[in-house]
Amino acid sequence: MNGIEGFMYPNEIGLQWSVLIVLYPFITGLVAGAFILASLERVFHVEAVKPTYRLALLTALSFLIVAPLPLQLHLGHPERSPEMYFTPHSTSAMAMFGYVYLWYLMAVLVFEIWLDYRKDIVLLSQSSSGLLRLIYKIMSLGSSNISPRALHIDEKVGWIVTLIGIPSAFLLHGYVGFIFGSIKANPWWSSPLMPVVFIFSAMVSGIAGVMLIYMATTKMRRQKIDMRCVDTIAMYLFYIFIIDFSLEMLDLIHRIYEADESFRSLDFMVHTRLYIPHIVIQIVLGTATPLLLLFITQIVKLPEQVRKRMYVIAGCLALMGIFAMRWNVVIGGQLFSKSFLGYTTYKMALVTREGSLVALSLSVLPLFILWALIKLLPPWSSEPPAQPVAGD
Amino acid sequence: MNLSRRHFLVLAPAAAIAWKAVLAGTPDQASNYKLSEHWWGMLIDVPKCIGCGNCVRACATENDVPDGYFRTWVERYHVEDENMTNPQVISPNGGKEGFPVAAEDAGKYFFVPKMCNHCADSPCTQVCPVGATFVSPDGVVLVDPKYCLGCAYCVQACPYGCRYIHPEKKVADKCTLCYHRITKGLTTACCESCPTGARQLVDLKDPKDPIHEFLRTHPVQVLKPQMATGAKAYYNGLDGSVR
Repeated sequence: MNGIEGFMYPNEIGLQWSVLIVLYPFITGLVAGAFILASLERVFHVEAVKPTYRLALLTALSFLIVAPLPLQLHLGHPERSPEMYFTPHSTSAMAMFGYVYLWYLMAVLVFEIWLDYRKDIVLLSQSSSGLLRLIYKIMSLGSSNISPRALHIDEKVGWIVTLIGIPSAFLLHGYVGFIFGSIKANPWWSSPLMPVVFIFSAMVSGIAGVMLIYMATTKMRRQKIDMRCVDTIAMYLFYIFIIDFSLEMLDLIHRIYEADESFRSLDFMVHTRLYIPHIVIQIVLGTATPLLLLFITQIVKLPEQVRKRMYVIAGCLALMGIFAMRWNVVIGGQLFSKSFLGYTTYKMALVTREGSLVALSLSVLPLFILWALIKLLPPWSSEPPAQPVAGD
Repeated sequence: MNLSRRHFLVLAPAAAIAWKAVLAGTPDQASNYKLSEHWWGMLIDVPKCIGCGNCVRACATENDVPDGYFRTWVERYHVEDENMTNPQVISPNGGKEGFPVAAEDAGKYFFVPKMCNHCADSPCTQVCPVGATFVSPDGVVLVDPKYCLGCAYCVQACPYGCRYIHPEKKVADKCTLCYHRITKGLTTACCESCPTGARQLVDLKDPKDPIHEFLRTHPVQVLKPQMATGAKAYYNGLDGSVR
């Protein structure tokens, strides 16, 4: 009956959380990861990644703007969502969403971008005309002082904001992990490791995402890719990926060794319904393969061209793996009965409010927003177009 | 019976009012009902349940439960001697139309009615982002349908599978312990319709309620005690294989 196997409680047959709720942690993960990458340069003075600093901030903002949309579309009554701000329930993990989101969006990300771009905005408001001039005027918030002293203050305040931003990025995504990890009714989710795993997987996806966007935009601009920058990003990606993989394996080994009452159910799922998304896509293709590729680039001196291709493949596979991880958490956690006696199936519709078409649109929407932001606030200094390197 | 036009004109509105009251199902709320004087729960006597499905039908009718969703349901367990931890469980359409005849098979068969446990420390109310679901002062877990966002977090948090998102209202829905009835001195629809008395509404704050004597003298259990939810659906004669 409807892809049911064994016994499900009668209200459990249909899944409550759809692919949109898979997108939500995936998108917020990209935000947190991109911000952490930006902070490497700002706070930890990793000069090599400087070419990606502004791009990482704009990427984070583009995805953060889209982050609440899957949630809104999922709600039965989206018009009531402001109640989460006005009458939040103090014991609910989810009630924090609005505040964490607003804090991160307004107090951290937008403020930091504004401080970093203030000089550019002032100059652009002077050099542009028409509607664009008005937009830049509004964005400058009335400030026009770009004296060295004022810019020095911007720099200092920006540093402090980034410093606050790092724990905020951890809070944003760790909190998303807590939403799942604190549900004791669901053994697939219930784990104190969940927020930590979410944070590290967020960093993996964000760093991989910015690396790919940097390589793609540089190529589109017919500029030379800064290999020192990409090599450094790949190195950080590799080390954080190892931590992420270790945490996930620790969780898995712990479950297998402990083998509590839920284990038979979870084991069955991993060997059947979640075999492709979990074992094949998440672990083999999405984790082990990119880790191997990145490992090779760390220990073998490879030509630039080969490294670039390996980074692109590793980055794409890492993103796919992290998406699969979110899928396996959200969808996988609903495929078995809380009675541990049966399993259901998730059928993704195509054109419904929570269907795959909407999910796909929400996935590409941040890229369009990023394109608009890049047009408005160019993240790179205007270099003369370089001759593309052969095979670049 | 001769009914003149005059009599008809007088009686028709009165009949309409009476019919409306019948449809409402209950008399007015008892004026002396005090929230602080009650702490509601349910006693479910497993050996008494015959799996007739009366309770499921009565609940669906009383509370206008949509097809395919259940505020209460009945499960039939088949536990084989050599496989005690892996019971075979069925609940066709929530047991609404009863159950197919059991095969002459080894092991034991029994029915387990399920419903919201009206937990005192309910994980579902804990997670609601706006407090639309709450434990009333008299111990009933309720949902305010005019306030619920329909996020389904509570559905995920309930360990017993007792909640669902109403397909038309798009809000969380669940057993209310027939709150509209019990506050008027009546019992729940499921209890009223049970032919064997397998379900009994209990008031733990009422010293005269026989539940106190029952709890003292019977091996009573709650579902999934390891969840520590303060469940108030007390099961007598519950088999260890029940999930």
